Amino acid sequence: MGEKLRGAEIFCRALADEGVEIVFGYPGGAVLHIYDEVFKQDGFKHVLVRHEQGATHAADGYSRATGKPGVVLVTSGPGATNCVTGIATAYMDSIPMVVFTGQVSTQLIGNDAFQEVDCVGITRPCVKHNFLVERVEDLAVTMKKAFYVATSGRPGPVVVDIPKDVTANMADYEYPKSVEMRSYKPTTKGHPGQIKKAMQLIAAARKPIIYSGGGVILDDASDQLTTFTRALGFPITNTLMGLGAYPGSDEQFIGMLGMHGTYEANMAMHHCDVLIAIGARFDDRVTGDLEKFCPDAKIIHVDIDPSSIAKNVKVDVPIVGSVSNVLSEFNRLITEKSISSVDRASDPWWQQIAEWQQLNCLDFDESSDLIKPQRVIKSLHEITGGDAFITSDVGQHQMWAAQYYAFDKPRRWINSGGLGTMGFGLPAAMGVQFAHPQSTVACVTGEASIQMCIQELSTCLQYDLPIKIISLNNRYMGMVRQWQEFFYESRYSHSYMDALPDFVKLAESYGHVGMRVEQPGDIDAALKEAFAMKDRLVLMDFVTDQKENVYPMIAAGKGQHEMHLASDERELA
Amino acid sequence: MSNRHTISMLLENEAGALSRVAGLFSARAYNIESLSVAPTEDETISRLTLVTSGSPEIIEQITKQLNKLIDVIRLVELDDQRSIERELMMIKLRAAGGEQREEMKRLVDIFDGRIVDVTESTYTVELVGDGDKLNAFIEAVSSKRILEVIRSGVLGILRGSKALRA
Repeated sequence: MGEKLRGAEIFCRALADEGVEIVFGYPGGAVLHIYDEVFKQDGFKHVLVRHEQGATHAADGYSRATGKPGVVLVTSGPGATNCVTGIATAYMDSIPMVVFTGQVSTQLIGNDAFQEVDCVGITRPCVKHNFLVERVEDLAVTMKKAFYVATSGRPGPVVVDIPKDVTANMADYEYPKSVEMRSYKPTTKGHPGQIKKAMQLIAAARKPIIYSGGGVILDDASDQLTTFTRALGFPITNTLMGLGAYPGSDEQFIGMLGMHGTYEANMAMHHCDVLIAIGARFDDRVTGDLEKFCPDAKIIHVDIDPSSIAKNVKVDVPIVGSVSNVLSEFNRLITEKSISSVDRASDPWWQQIAEWQQLNCLDFDESSDLIKPQRVIKSLHEITGGDAFITSDVGQHQMWAAQYYAFDKPRRWINSGGLGTMGFGLPAAMGVQFAHPQSTVACVTGEASIQMCIQELSTCLQYDLPIKIISLNNRYMGMVRQWQEFFYESRYSHSYMDALPDFVKLAESYGHVGMRVEQPGDIDAALKEAFAMKDRLVLMDFVTDQKENVYPMIAAGKGQHEMHLASDERELA
Repeated sequence: MSNRHTISMLLENEAGALSRVAGLFSARAYNIESLSVAPTEDETISRLTLVTSGSPEIIEQITKQLNKLIDVIRLVELDDQRSIERELMMIKLRAAGGEQREEMKRLVDIFDGRIVDVTESTYTVELVGDGDKLNAFIEAVSSKRILEVIRSGVLGILRGSKALRA
């Protein structure tokens, strides 16, 4: 028997006992009892955001940068609905997060009470699981279950909806050390027979490629992946979500794949004979036209989620298990069977790849006197030593950051890959900076995305977060503009950002430093100046070439070998 | 219909569990042809049987996605050979006049049905069987005679000593 406590106090004690260090939230009527206890406790830090969406993205960014679950606390009704975008963002990228929403008192549920919304119903399709706590006696164990479900198996967001009366009622408090759920037992160990079969394919491969995704980062399996890749000497490509899982500057890394992946990565995918997919889910932005996807390949797919396997693409050797376990087993077998590394100098497959690499698909024209966005990212890489945490919003700047900032370490590249949520970058950067107060954190964004959660500049001031915002301002929703140019005969329907604010003054009015950079020659000096301000947030407004497009590009519905390179005359389709 | 599949599962008997199953089907554009759910001898567990259709790949995805739902404890795909399926139908029929009533009574006997309610002008018939048998009865009765049909949806259980247990 534990001590008798009020629900609100149970809530705070449980968070502390769970080891939660930081909660991102916003108070309101239904969570007033809880906030009163938050005021009195010192078990965890509470960060007040300016909009509940910001809380979810901040918790998400914190989680992506640390591997720990992000925690959010908001009120009922609009507090809960404002979280939905952030919850869906985390869901699509399998980010462990626990979102606590207030709810009207149990006797009012269903009465259309003030600030009532069916939170469990609204969030159901975009959570791993959700709970409504109906009795204070269930509160602590439900919280334990929420953290267990969010962080185990294929991670994901979990919502816990807590009616106000539950936070007022008394119950015995004891935080369970662990929970058992008869309906939830994720598999972690890969099937030995399947692993053996995969090793046979790997040993016999002539044109292999390793295609790894966000699952490697989520499972902290970068070391095992690197050992595996180096031991075999195979080429490796990462998805947008997987960047940094294998060092981006390593010679075996042939770039990101997919719609805006490198020529060599996509060509190697198309022509490979054995595809080793690890913690990746064959997203449509990766595969292009499924009919044309890897036509000659035997496919090995390692994933902790059975439903990811054979969802889009037929697989020859499915392996359900955690990628760290399966990779360790692979590595053990490689040593045991003395499988040797490919000799890259003499290997015909590597020679073919080298030929593709000679196209230099990421080259861009720097002859104009306009700032090229790609150059900004390359300079950012140099000035931060390639070692910054980079968050991004969604669009062209996101792709350029992914292409030109060679990520060498996992958890350094933080972006909304699956849902593609504009407004993610700044609040996510807050979460990262809280997790790593001494590290350099930059948010690569654009003038459209940044305005979607711009209010969080106020949070950044309150908590002294020295984030560097790199805004590639082309006065367009760049990716929309690019598609309109390609596929709608340059009819730029509503993709022009008219009536933009003066971003320098905007930053200053929030108490930060604003800088505008308009000349290519000023990029490096400006970045150096900004990053030298260790204790200030700097919003850098780079006025860039409006017409720049993201290349290479595979148009939707095309095969991986049908790419556009830089301009029409270099089209290969 | 060869791509028709019956999936039976044990589900936590909790608020919202059924909506998770139903929501999965609508969100991923899968079909539900019938669905029935009720508590088992263990009141914390419900048994849900649903009939769906799709290619083998789609059925594989459906079973994987259902298994992924936290509230689903265990599931089994029931095939014709290894399982028994039953459905209950109640059908209200126009039955006025001696000859019509006699004919209807004979038909009900042939189908092993029972007349469970009688008025001067109607019979209400209860019929248990697989879906084909119930369909055959509906076809055998002239559609003009049918006032109302209600079917329970398919229930299924494994043959032999194997059982679906938590």
